[in-house]
Amino acid sequence: MGVREIAAEEITSTIRRLCIEANTILGDEVVEALKKGLEQEESKTGKDIFRQLLDNAKIAKQEGIPLCQDTGMVVVFIEMGQDIHIVHGGLNQSINEGVRQGYRDGYLRASSLDPLVRKNFGDNTPAIIHVEIVPGDKLKLTVVPKGFGGENMSRVVLLTPASGMEGIKEFVLQTVEKAGANPCPPVIVGVGIGGTLEKAAFIAKKSLLRPIGQRHPDHQIAILEQELLDKINRLGIGPQGLGGNVTALDVHIETYPTHIAGLPIVVNLQCNCHRHKEAVL
Amino acid sequence: MPETISINTPLTDEILKDLKTGDSVLISGVIYSARDAAHKRLVELISKGEKLPFEIKGQIVYYVGPTPPGPGMIIGSAGPTSGYRMDAYAPILIAEGLKGMIGKGMRNQKVKEAIKRHRAVYFAATGGAGALISKTIKKTEIVAYEDLGTEAIRRMHVKDFPTIVVNDIYGNDLYLQGKRRYRKTG
Repeated sequence: MGVREIAAEEITSTIRRLCIEANTILGDEVVEALKKGLEQEESKTGKDIFRQLLDNAKIAKQEGIPLCQDTGMVVVFIEMGQDIHIVHGGLNQSINEGVRQGYRDGYLRASSLDPLVRKNFGDNTPAIIHVEIVPGDKLKLTVVPKGFGGENMSRVVLLTPASGMEGIKEFVLQTVEKAGANPCPPVIVGVGIGGTLEKAAFIAKKSLLRPIGQRHPDHQIAILEQELLDKINRLGIGPQGLGGNVTALDVHIETYPTHIAGLPIVVNLQCNCHRHKEAVL
Repeated sequence: MPETISINTPLTDEILKDLKTGDSVLISGVIYSARDAAHKRLVELISKGEKLPFEIKGQIVYYVGPTPPGPGMIIGSAGPTSGYRMDAYAPILIAEGLKGMIGKGMRNQKVKEAIKRHRAVYFAATGGAGALISKTIKKTEIVAYEDLGTEAIRRMHVKDFPTIVVNDIYGNDLYLQGKRRYRKTG
């Protein structure tokens, strides 16, 4: 099998487009989940909020206005076929150029800055880039503009193995409870269990990409997802934390083998404005 | 029962006494945008005894960092950011006469006490509805700190800006009361 060439400029233009689309067009699965939430919500205020969010998605799409003013830090998941050769430029460079162009041309907010000096770079670069090498000759690019309302309320814990299943459940519920209104509920709860510190965080974030309502293929994990979703929605937090029975639209769990001594858990919270767009080159 | 109320800024004691936790409030008039960096500067000015860049008495501050306006637009997406990051500064501004804050998420005890003591209100706007909210902002001008970009202080003229009263002058908190009402667990 030969090597397939992909031009860096093609990656740049694709990332540019995905940044703009992700920030202005809410995915159908999210719109459907909000409609379902509107039906299920018991609180009048909560119902009003669902209606606002659905109207917001319509206005954003029709007028090209960003869904949310926090257009996020750009997380890019890449699945790169091992038979691909990128020409006329570097991978990271071409992605960051795409982010720069997308945020400039789409009138999106630049939020990235130096963590200590705290001076805004003005172009929302650099992106957070995760590359996985996979078989084949395709390049899959997924852009997730991640707002920091949810990111700031996410948590990590390195539990002892003795904490077991109960420890996992307690940590997930506590995280959602402590977050309250801040991550803009109804949220999507991404949970990474196992691996190492950074692996747990990676799979927690990546779990957010699974369509809302789709359960994990492993039966035991699927049951755990449903149990946690039910428990979260009994906390009473509700839409925007103002009280109600729809606090989360879904819970997604991913696991990875871990060490005999460890049980890392990361809960990554995603706001109601669940933005992600992908393309395959 | 929670009501839907339309009000005009600035906020007077007369208006504030009728705003109760859970009420839907449509705000019209002038509000001022300020978030993390602008709050830091405002409080520095107060600590040095210097004049603020706008008259804060009776006013509402909106915690927002909008996206840049597209061609022909007044403002970009403009929903609320989390209020807790302004907790360190809010009581100082409230003591100076600030009467309203619009944001999202629970405030700490010091802010809640300042709200009650000085008779102010904390309103929630819907996080994730920045495009919808932008339609209620009719005019904006930068008042101070243009160098902060999205974090600059803007005077915003709004019409029927949608909010919900979270903390009222009577010491209520919708985040606590709403959760208690719908909680089905221990």
